[in-house]
Amino acid sequence: MADREERRFAEISRESVKFMAESTGVELGDDVAGLLAEDVCYRLREATQSSSQFMRHAKRRKLTVEDFNRALHWSNVEAICGYGAQDTLPFRSAKEGELFFIEDRDINLVELALATNIPKGCAETMVRVNVSYMDGKGNLEPQGTVPSAVQSLSDDLLKYYQQITRAILGEDPHLMKVALLDLQSNAKIAALLPYFVYVISGVKSVSHDLEQLNRLLHMVKSLVQNPYLYLGSYIRSLVSSVMYCILEPLAASINPLNDHWTLRDYAALLLSHIFWTHGDLVSGLYHQILVSLQKVLSDPVRPLCSHYGAVVGLHALGWKAVERVLFPHLPAYWANLQAVLDDYSVSNAQVKADGHKVYGAILVAVERLLKMKALSLSQQSDGGSSGQTGFAGGSICYRVSSPGLSPPPEPLSEATLGIASHLQAGGAGCPLEEWTPVPLPAMYCELYSFFGDSLAVRFSTGPGFSSYSALKSSQLSDARKEPPGPTSNPDTTRKMPQLTANLNISPRHDGSPRTDPTPPSLAATGSGRSLTRSCSSSSSVQRSRSSSRSGQRSAGLSRDVFPKARFTSSQTGPPAFSFLIGGRQMGLRCQGRRPFQTNFAPTPPLSAVPPRAYAHKLPVIGRVGKPVRRWACSHYSLHLPL
Amino acid sequence: MAAVQGGLVDADEDKDIKTEASNDSWGNNNANDGRLLSPSPGSSASAGSNKSAAGASEEQQTLLAVLQFLRKNKLTESVEILRREAGLPEDSLEPKGAESSGAGSGGASGGVDLEGGDASSLLSRVTASSTAGAQAPTKGPIQSAAWLTDKLSHHSASCPTAKLTHSAGEDQPDVNVVLSAYSQQGDPALYEVYYSGLKRFIESVLDCHRAELSQVFYPLFVHMYLELVYNNHESEAKAFFEKFSGDQECYYEDDLRVLSSLTKKEHMRGNETLLDFRTSKFVLRISRDSYQLLKRHLQERQNNQIWNIIQEHLYIDIFDGMPRSKSQIDAMSGSLAGEAKREANKAKVYYGLLKEPEIELPLDDEDEEAENEEGKPKKKKPKKDSLGSKSKKQDPNAPSQNRIPLPELKDSDKLDKIMYMKEATKRIRLGPDNLPSICFYSFLNAYQGLTAVDFTDDSSLIAGGFADSTVRVWSVTPKKLRKVKSAADLNLIDKESDDVLERIMDEKTASESKILCGHSGPVYGISFSPDRNYLLSSSEDGTVRLWSLQTFTCLVGYKGHNYPVWDTQFSPHGYYFVSGGHDRVARLWATDHYQPLRMFSGHLADVTCTRFHPNSNYVATGSSDRTIRLWDVLNGNCVRIFTGHKGPIHALAFSPNGKFLASGATDGRVLLWDIGHGLMVGELKGHTDTIYSLRFSRDGEILASGSMDNTVRLWDATKAFDDLETDDFTAATGHIHLQDNSQELLLGTYMTKSTPVIHLHFTRRNLLLAAGAYNP
Repeated sequence: MADREERRFAEISRESVKFMAESTGVELGDDVAGLLAEDVCYRLREATQSSSQFMRHAKRRKLTVEDFNRALHWSNVEAICGYGAQDTLPFRSAKEGELFFIEDRDINLVELALATNIPKGCAETMVRVNVSYMDGKGNLEPQGTVPSAVQSLSDDLLKYYQQITRAILGEDPHLMKVALLDLQSNAKIAALLPYFVYVISGVKSVSHDLEQLNRLLHMVKSLVQNPYLYLGSYIRSLVSSVMYCILEPLAASINPLNDHWTLRDYAALLLSHIFWTHGDLVSGLYHQILVSLQKVLSDPVRPLCSHYGAVVGLHALGWKAVERVLFPHLPAYWANLQAVLDDYSVSNAQVKADGHKVYGAILVAVERLLKMKALSLSQQSDGGSSGQTGFAGGSICYRVSSPGLSPPPEPLSEATLGIASHLQAGGAGCPLEEWTPVPLPAMYCELYSFFGDSLAVRFSTGPGFSSYSALKSSQLSDARKEPPGPTSNPDTTRKMPQLTANLNISPRHDGSPRTDPTPPSLAATGSGRSLTRSCSSSSSVQRSRSSSRSGQRSAGLSRDVFPKARFTSSQTGPPAFSFLIGGRQMGLRCQGRRPFQTNFAPTPPLSAVPPRAYAHKLPVIGRVGKPVRRWACSHYSLHLPL
Repeated sequence: MAAVQGGLVDADEDKDIKTEASNDSWGNNNANDGRLLSPSPGSSASAGSNKSAAGASEEQQTLLAVLQFLRKNKLTESVEILRREAGLPEDSLEPKGAESSGAGSGGASGGVDLEGGDASSLLSRVTASSTAGAQAPTKGPIQSAAWLTDKLSHHSASCPTAKLTHSAGEDQPDVNVVLSAYSQQGDPALYEVYYSGLKRFIESVLDCHRAELSQVFYPLFVHMYLELVYNNHESEAKAFFEKFSGDQECYYEDDLRVLSSLTKKEHMRGNETLLDFRTSKFVLRISRDSYQLLKRHLQERQNNQIWNIIQEHLYIDIFDGMPRSKSQIDAMSGSLAGEAKREANKAKVYYGLLKEPEIELPLDDEDEEAENEEGKPKKKKPKKDSLGSKSKKQDPNAPSQNRIPLPELKDSDKLDKIMYMKEATKRIRLGPDNLPSICFYSFLNAYQGLTAVDFTDDSSLIAGGFADSTVRVWSVTPKKLRKVKSAADLNLIDKESDDVLERIMDEKTASESKILCGHSGPVYGISFSPDRNYLLSSSEDGTVRLWSLQTFTCLVGYKGHNYPVWDTQFSPHGYYFVSGGHDRVARLWATDHYQPLRMFSGHLADVTCTRFHPNSNYVATGSSDRTIRLWDVLNGNCVRIFTGHKGPIHALAFSPNGKFLASGATDGRVLLWDIGHGLMVGELKGHTDTIYSLRFSRDGEILASGSMDNTVRLWDATKAFDDLETDDFTAATGHIHLQDNSQELLLGTYMTKSTPVIHLHFTRRNLLLAAGAYNP
């Protein structure tokens, strides 16, 4: 039966029949099960065929569950309840055991029944007429219905709409907050959704005004968080607006004083949030996002800020996305970036600064990739059970987290998100490209060849790799609580070039988030990197050379240039050294930033700083200590949920 | 599993109920003969689907001889089986007047229900129809069976009564009787050999014969496959299917899919498609030469297996003359049971229009003066012309005025007629150079699923049927919809006042739309009465409901179908309406009778759409069996069977002059039919999806078609019909030569914005209205 050649129909295997029989306490013989299976298949086909006529008569193209139930009903079989939702049910697979299932969330019926916030504002069915074709000549464009506005609005709604948009786009920050809050919780604005979406799609026309862009993004956030709204296909439009903010070389980016980086970070975060909470509304969304990010990343003509957007976007989508898109592109991209970074001409200063931003973003993304990969491997090796719980945790995690837009809790859930993302990708059904996962050690080696000791995550790649699980556990703990730097343990297994110096970036870092708007994250990364390079450039160069690929175009060349970084001077150790910090510096009033121009006064001589004292701070790179808190304030730059 | 089988049994019982209901209605039908004279309402059906009378008497002789032989040999069981199987056609051939013809029709319609094997249901049906409603449907099968026994023995006078004891229990094994034709055993391994032998032969014959003989492939293939399945040769059947299914014409794809899923004898019981093959003979039209060729070949080869199938399951309609070409054959084939027999389309059809009633002009003038400022002489002229042209000249093809009793015109109807004529004078003459403007009525926020739409003739109201079982009515003019006042309030008003009609309306209830709730399933069909006082809706719940548009309440629920009712339509003269549904029967009702006046049975699958002829004397039905039938309302006869569609038919439209019929199907083609000659006269290709709506312009020059592919297309109907009428030969032989001129006939394609077009309507001034639900 199973090896039957014709595969025109869904078939139920006799094993399934047996399982089902067992679940009701009946033991079936093989032949009985086989017969039953065949008959069930036939009955299914029969019902399917007769259900199609209900679809045809309802003048639809899509066969619904209801049609099927009607067919069952008319053949005197009990209907199957519980699958009548309008939208498609997300079909997921559990990684282990090739198990596929339809996600079945628990619904609290009591809550539902007692809910007082019954959504109103559902527009009434109505008939509208428009003359489409005069004398058969036809208007210029095909039209049959009201295009964007699907309904006429009541006066109240119209007023509300005007007030809200005015408040959000207006001057008064307090008013804006109130408006956003209402947008987030109002149950009666369903009818206005298309209008708001339309307003948001106006991002393209205000790309010169960061403030407005920011406000529009906040509007997206509020809409997405509103539990009463069914976004449906509007998700696509919202996502495209957000993507615009992430990827496009905004007019505002021309002026280096404008902090468009924050905007991109925020938009990326928003994107990931939308995706995790509403990704199942539109099939293939994940795939589309990945493709567009990849396109930007692989397009050398795009400005660096676009690339930066692509990187943070990928980062926000989870480490799987990074692994699938960013990592394979890295060698090719590295060459270009290197060329930028190594150009010291004055005219290049701005571009170079941008390059550092990209570098920092990549580093953060890559570090998390390594960490998560290790974590997932460890979970796999721990056995199915841990994976299972991890998965469950993950799904709960992102479901629950939806209203708050808090970045999902720290790393453990991250890993599970990663799995979920994998599933999503599977659901989309089309692999992004020919992609084979690179084993962790190889990945680490390659990344290390690029970043050298800037990588805060350490693994031994040598023979000691078999002691992996031990490392894993430490990684786990590390993931939960940042402090004990990963640098501490791998050192024992293998001598890696050490991070010897650290910039004293953070008296502020430990300070209260409210008073100190400076995000430590990327700054730390950047500085860490530069210092690292300054200290151990030679060894990292060796590495990068050794692992450089033949396929790279100018990579060799740029790498040759790379070691001649001026940080060599720091090795010689003149006490007053100034360097450009790769992170961002924010004005106290959060107006914007003056990136890469900050000269730090020479902090205590590096040699004087015991490396270990700062080493533990490194893992903090790119991560925010108390994410939820900081989140509330949108001024922080790097809100990447790690 | 048990549950499933139980379900099947239940389904059978359901069918029983259904047939009983039909019995009932038959009875009613006869009782109503005073109104609608129909001495033998069902004989048509039997004529339509039973064997022709010529060969029948011979068969009967044979049968009687066999019966006698069996009886002599004490094989009473076989006698019984044989009788039961053969009883019906035999019965129907007896010249017994109303009774036996009724029985025959019962058999014809009953063939559909045979899968249950309940001979009893058949029997009871026969009983009921003959006893003219005197018998309650609850009477047990035993009694009716006994009755049949009587009758049988009476008929077959030469063989004295056998002691037949029917009981309900015995009926069960009769499933096998239904399928028993398949029990002939051949060597399963040889089936492929036989088939490929025939295939080789047909491929080797002359080109002119090949196309014709190729028609044999499909029915042969199906029957051979079913034989294999029936005799439990599952693997052989599969192999056979695998090997030859690819050779079949692509338009049989749907049926083949059903077949391929069927691999077990047990599955054959409930499968309707299959029973259609069994219970109806597949009709092929083959020229005499080709047929001789085939016959000779099969006899030479002693290929009895195939020969038996051809004789038993195929009806070969032999004609003299040139063999048809492949394209000619393809144009006509595609239906579930082959082409229509030529005899089926020979009956005379009075397709002409009825004479318009004379309406006194004074009233007319008054009206004009009151409303119109234009000069008098001008308007009088065209009015008289239009009136005169219609009333003076009696169409020779028209039925007599009172062939079907029609309701008398009320004053309000006359007023409406006047309005109509006035509008008609302002009508735009359409043509290829003068295309209509198109207005699109979009249903917004119709998340519950719009399933049917109708406009009133004067385009003042629009109604939508929805999948959430509601019917909604909108006024598309500024005039709001109002209910009549409650009874208490009505007592208060002055009944003598001139504006009493205005006074009875309750202003408080005025609104743009009204919702009618009452159905318990999606509303699939909807139709306004011509006088705009009523609305009909048919639903999945098996009922047709009549709603008052004065009170916006349900007046009647017409029960009878018991299965989903796919479509319903009012007669153009009101009072009558037709409905058709999943039970494969179309019913004719009158609004004041809660049971149908006529049942039109003969379709082999669901009746998907129904339309009244403009003269109200005929009803056209389209079906999932891919045929269109035209039924005579007077006697219930099927007077036309049109084959040629390759998919279920979802739209029908009569031309305003009553001569032509247009049909649209899921195959995306529009076919045009000449009703008088019973011929296909045109094929309009262009749509890419199911056509849900067809409408002729008021003068019949333009045909508009609306489809699921979000387009409205306009076709030059004048040209399409003119081109064809020159050919006399086709009329005589029934062989059509269709030119492929769809592109010339297509006058325009009009896109909507993701809105499937599910209804079209020409206003009285020839403005085209289209309607559909916006699908964002």
